[in-house]
This record gives sequence, structure tokens and C-alpha cells, in this order.
Amino acid sequence: MKKLLYSQKAAPFVFVLPFILSFAIFWIYPLISTVIMSFQNILPGQVEWIGTRNYERLLKDRVFHQAIKNSFNYMFWTLVMLIPFPMMFAALMDSRLVKAKGVFKGILYLPALTSVVVAGTIFRLMFSELEGSQMNQVLAWFGMEPVKWLKVYTTSYFALVTVACWRWTGVNMLYFLAGLKNIPDELYEAAEIDGASSFGKFRHITFPLLKPTSIYVLTISIYAGLAMFLESFMLWNGNDSPQNIGLTIVGYLYRRGIQRNQMGYASAVGLVLLAIALTINVIQLFMNGSFSRKEDK
Amino acid sequence: MNNSLNFGSQNQIKTSIATILANLFFVVLGFIVIFPFLTIFFASFRPGQELIRYGLSLKIDPANMSINNYVFLFSGTHSYFTWFKNSMVLTLLTVTLTLIVCYFVAYGLTMYDFKGRNLLFFLVIATMMVPFEILMLPLYKQMIDLRLINTTAGVILPRMTAAATIFFYRQYMMGLPKALLDSGRIDGANEYRICVQIMMPIAKPAFAAMAILSSMGAWNDMLWPLLVFRDASKFTLPIGLNTLMTPYGNNYDLLIAGSCFAILPIFIIFIAFQRYFIDGMTAGAVKG
Repeated sequence: MKKLLYSQKAAPFVFVLPFILSFAIFWIYPLISTVIMSFQNILPGQVEWIGTRNYERLLKDRVFHQAIKNSFNYMFWTLVMLIPFPMMFAALMDSRLVKAKGVFKGILYLPALTSVVVAGTIFRLMFSELEGSQMNQVLAWFGMEPVKWLKVYTTSYFALVTVACWRWTGVNMLYFLAGLKNIPDELYEAAEIDGASSFGKFRHITFPLLKPTSIYVLTISIYAGLAMFLESFMLWNGNDSPQNIGLTIVGYLYRRGIQRNQMGYASAVGLVLLAIALTINVIQLFMNGSFSRKEDK
Repeated sequence: MNNSLNFGSQNQIKTSIATILANLFFVVLGFIVIFPFLTIFFASFRPGQELIRYGLSLKIDPANMSINNYVFLFSGTHSYFTWFKNSMVLTLLTVTLTLIVCYFVAYGLTMYDFKGRNLLFFLVIATMMVPFEILMLPLYKQMIDLRLINTTAGVILPRMTAAATIFFYRQYMMGLPKALLDSGRIDGANEYRICVQIMMPIAKPAFAAMAILSSMGAWNDMLWPLLVFRDASKFTLPIGLNTLMTPYGNNYDLLIAGSCFAILPIFIIFIAFQRYFIDGMTAGAVKG
């Protein structure tokens, strides 16, 4: 027995055993159980099979629709802000023009080190509705009246997206910088000989060759955007915001599942989120040609 | 006048203007990024009651500044350092276990050819396709059933095999020569000795990168510990700080000074090991 365990054949299975166990216990099992729960009505000590009724209720649940709209809105603006700009910053940072690259990279990465609590505390105070809060002072410079930032829809999302930009611009820029390292210098040299402009080089070399990195960043951004919860939880100091303007899909899952202990209904919410996230990502990958084998990357 | 020489110096001027503009751009951007840190740093020297009444102001008023908040942080009666200690212990345990387990798994997946290897690697990647936020609910129920709620094990166990960490180790180890394994075997070492005594020292840079990245993740983690821990005596720093967001007593004094102090350990690690941070973080993006 001991001999078998030490053999070259058995060793790899011993090494991967922790993953197999953890995969079975903490991934497959909860995933299946949440699928089953989504067809049940779960009360303490009493479980009732109700078929697709949770999903039917979700179709008519206005608050859920609001949450989906909020999550999409947040995701959309984070994609707009957190892909093109970090890409351009990275291209600029990679050029010969910028000195002290290490210092700049370090500084732009700093916000990613903070926990969502610390970031939330800072921005909650900055965007407070008090006349003396920073953002209202900035408005006052331009002769504008103070705004109740976190009580109005548009300004609330401005605040949420600001937090996201502050935390993730540097990180995404570093992703793009890593991608840029893989583009051979000869391409740029050849383009220079042909008399290409800086913009032309960006448009025809940098942008297309950054595609694998862009797809990676896009994929994780879609997930992070749709699954956002804690940022809103921090800005409104809890899961409740005026007219649910800060409620996200995960926030609604938390409210139903944890706060109200309706595990079945909350499971249905989670699975709808999973379906949405997977669908968007498959479409995105398909449109980007990640599934076609012809393309040589 | 030589025309081409003139052209050259004009180009030089152009380049130096571009250099100034590009650097200026990052100076401004860097300042915008640092600004929130500066405000909370300055705010930590002001009385909390004032923050509640007037908000985070842009003005700096030296007459109103004192180190009272920090005096209270280090000598007052509150749970801050209990949370700090809890976070330390949880971070150390999580990082140690995650790194060892993920290294072994990646080692098995990289160094051996066996049936089902590709399937297993596919499953590792598949776990990344489901956001944790969806699994947290059934996992929470599972932890209650397993009586792991309110325990450190309950926080660590479900997250020990992190797909991204396995992926990183694999990327790193694919570049290592497998001949080392054979020479180890010829010397009579068994498979596990080779893994620990020969290969682990070679994989040190990968350990360094992952140690830093995963300690940052564990130190700042909030959602899952928030669900698992119930007693205030077990709270980690992020959960504890969150409970201070009520305008009573000295809460805000502690919140602001405590937030600044909570950033400190990660800042120090970051400044000391900046290179590894970036290596570990960007590994997935290039060949993903």
C-alpha cells in the first residue's frame, strides 16, 4: 500500500486530491444545492417543492427588475471608463516619453490595496450631502448649489463609478502594460520606417495586438460589474438605499437570502445572475472570435 | 542655413514638449489618485464629531488638528486591536494554507502526464466562471449544516483552492525543466521529496508573488467573513470598521484613524515587494 502511494503513477493524484475534494464539496455541491433550492420554498423545518414558481415571481418582481437595471447601468459605465482609458494610459506609459515609470505605476496601483471598507468610508464622506463635503465644495467653485449625491440616481452612479475608477484604473493599466510587453518592437520600427503617425501605430499595431488582454479585462470587468455589491453596501451604509437606487442583483440576493432568510427565492435570483453573466460573456467571446480556431494568437 | 539641421532641432523641441506633457499628465493623474488618501489622512487628525457635522472638507485647519484620534486608537477601550489581531491570524493562516495546497495541485497538473489531467485543468478554469457571490448563499447554508459557522475554518476551507493561484503556479512551473524530476529520481528521492525539497525552492519567486497577492486579498476580504463570523470578538478589521459607521460616541474618531492604520501593513508590503505584486497580478492577462 505504501509502495503504491509513493509510486510515480499515484503521486499526481495525491497532489491534485485537495482540489478534487474542494471542488466536490465547496463548488459542485453548493452549485447543485442552489439549483435545487431555487425550485423550493424553504421555511424553517419545512421544505416545499414549488416548481418554477420562484422564477415566475421574479418575472413580476419590480424590485428585482430595478436591481437588474442598476447592475447593468453600473457595469456599462465601468466598461466605458475602465477599458479605453487604462489602455491609452498604458500605451502612453509604455512610450519612451515617460520617466520614473516605476513611481507612477506604484502610485496608480495604490487604491487597489485598500479594502472596500476603507475606500467606501472615504468616498461616503467625500460625496456626503453636507454643504462642506468635498464634492459639494468643488461644485461651489463653479457656482453650483450643493447636491444630495447619494439620494439622486444619476449622481449616485457617478459616485459608484468614481469609486470603481479610483480603485481599478491602475490595475487595468498594469494588465495592458503586461500585454504591451508582448508586442515585438520590430513592428513599431517597421511602421516608423513606413512613416506611420503615433495614432496610426496605436490604431493598427497596439490596439489589435492587445486583443487577448482586452478580452481578459473585458471578461473580468463584466463579471465584477454584474456582481457588484459591497461598494453599494458601503456607500449607503447597508443594503437599503432611498428608492433602492443602490440595490444591485447581489444586493437583492443578500436581502432575500440572508436578511429575510428566503433561501429558495434568493437562489433563483443568483441563478438568473449566473445565466446573465454567462450569456453576456459567451456573446462577447463569440463576437471577439475567441471560439474560432483559425485565428492564430 | 542648413535645412535638415533646422528640421532636426525642431523635432527635438517637439519631443521635449511631448515628454513634459506626458510626464505632467501622469503627475496630475497620480495626484488625483492620491488625493482621497490625503483627505482621509488629514481627516484622521480632526475630531470625528466635526466630520459628521461638516463632512470631509477640502480646507486644512491646523488649529483644529490634534493626534487625539490616534491616542484614542492606541489607548482607548475598544475592540480595534482584537479585530486587527483576528485579521492578522486569518490572513496568515489563509495565505499559508492556500499557497501550499495550490502549489501541490499545480505541481500535480504540470509535472505529470496522467489520464484526466486536461479535464481537471478545465475544471479549475470552470470554477472561475461562477462568481463567488452566487455560491455564497448555499455555502452559508452548508457552513451552518457543517457547524462551521462562526469559525475560522469556515472562512478558510471553502476558499483554499483558489483557481487563479493554481493557474499562476502552473504558468510558472511550465517553464521549469522536468529533467530535474528524473535526476531526483535517479538519486533515489521519492516523488514527494522531489516536490518539496527540489522543486519548491526553485518555485520561490512564484511563492513570493502569490504570498503578496493572496495576503492582500485575505486582509481586505469582507463579504464571506461577514457571513461566517457572528460574534464581535471574532470580527476581522473590515467587518469591525464597518460597524463603526454610526455617528455615536467616538466611533468616527476610531473609524478614520483606524482606516488609516489598516492601510499601513499592506502599504509597507507593497513598497517592499512591488515587483512581485505586478508579476503575480498580470500573469493571467497575458496568456489567458
